[in-house]
Amino acid sequence: MIQTFFNLDIMMAAWPIVLSGLKNTILLSLIVVPLGLLGGLILALLASIKHPLVRWPLMAWVDFFRAFPPLVLLILLFAGLPFAGLELGGFACVAIAFFLNTGSYYGEIFRAGIESVPNGQVEAARSTGLSRLQAMRYVVLPQAVRNVLPDLLSNTLEVVKLTSLGSVVAVPELLYEARQAQSITYNPTPIVMAAVIYFLILWPLVRLLSRLENRALAGRR
Amino acid sequence: MNRWDKFTETFFNAKVMEKYLPDILSGMVVTIELALLIVVTGLAAGLALALLRALAIRPLNWLIIFIVDLFRSLPPLVVIVLIYFGLPYAGPAPSGFVSTWLSLAFVLMAFSEEIFWAGITSIPKGQWEASRSTGLSFSQTLFNVVLPQAFRLTIPPLTNRTIAITKGTALGTVVAVTEILGQASSAMSNSYNPSPLMMGAAAYIVLFFPVVVAARWIESKFAWKR
Repeated sequence: MIQTFFNLDIMMAAWPIVLSGLKNTILLSLIVVPLGLLGGLILALLASIKHPLVRWPLMAWVDFFRAFPPLVLLILLFAGLPFAGLELGGFACVAIAFFLNTGSYYGEIFRAGIESVPNGQVEAARSTGLSRLQAMRYVVLPQAVRNVLPDLLSNTLEVVKLTSLGSVVAVPELLYEARQAQSITYNPTPIVMAAVIYFLILWPLVRLLSRLENRALAGRR
Repeated sequence: MNRWDKFTETFFNAKVMEKYLPDILSGMVVTIELALLIVVTGLAAGLALALLRALAIRPLNWLIIFIVDLFRSLPPLVVIVLIYFGLPYAGPAPSGFVSTWLSLAFVLMAFSEEIFWAGITSIPKGQWEASRSTGLSFSQTLFNVVLPQAFRLTIPPLTNRTIAITKGTALGTVVAVTEILGQASSAMSNSYNPSPLMMGAAAYIVLFFPVVVAARWIESKFAWKR
């Protein structure tokens, strides 16, 4: 059992490969998380325009990407677009798919946050002479973000986990490299290594989240 | 042929679509089966763990917390790959369908345990004490007093999480499950045309869009008015 799943020799041999995968996973996360946050912020700001012509298409957009599995979106970009003469690399496809998918999730969270700030605050800010944008930037958003911080963190955790989808389109991230190492060594140890690495990196965040969520749900009564 | 015709000819080719429609439909059946299995077993296991945790047996609770944290921090695809490619080295070789089902059920179990547990702990201690002092047993208190209130609280986060995890059935395609995406990809490589992929995408929208809209409705219905 230990020889199969926790083989020391194979761990030593696979370590450089797995490590380079880990670096790419971190790099990928550092790119897609801000990208998703940006997309979400844009959606939420648009949603604060209460006009029906803005509101309904926006809601449909968000629901569309909430209903669409991210892997399907990724495959569509990666395998479908070349037929239209547009060949993007795996990395670019992941970035675009994440921008669309996780942006929608972040957008919903930001929207809930913005709506949690009472309207009187905007009115007060406007009446002191701040422009609409200034009121949003200096008054509403800071409070909104604080109110939905647990949800933002929770979604960020999901986004980091989702980067493992990159392996399907040959982005050399942690899971991909572990699979490579597994097929070279014909031993599952590298995959176990990858799993352990994911767990060690994300566990602190999970602990923190479970505390925040418990408190939030208990406080809602 | 102008550009638009060329575009529809490529992405919405009627001939190809007609040929591969049965494949996509059979893929939909597999996706639905898989999704239902995951939802039922995952939620049942999550609730069972939360109830076990309510017994407050220390070592058992640590074990439950560890399992929950484990499946919350591992990407679902990693769990699927681990079961499908790893387990055969130790003996049993589960099929892609079983690997995907087990993996996503474990993940849903972890997330739903967390949510159920948060719901249970949100019921003030006074209610426990009050119902126990009226002569209700531990399990009567749990099932007749605590859980009905806890459920209401857990429904919005639970629906969201369940949808997100059920969408993960598409991951099954990585381990050769013949669900929608798997069928669509293989049809695409057979026909060298992306139309099946477009059909697959449409199939996902047909399946999941109503669920997302329903979830939005449920969310507003069960929202706690502050």
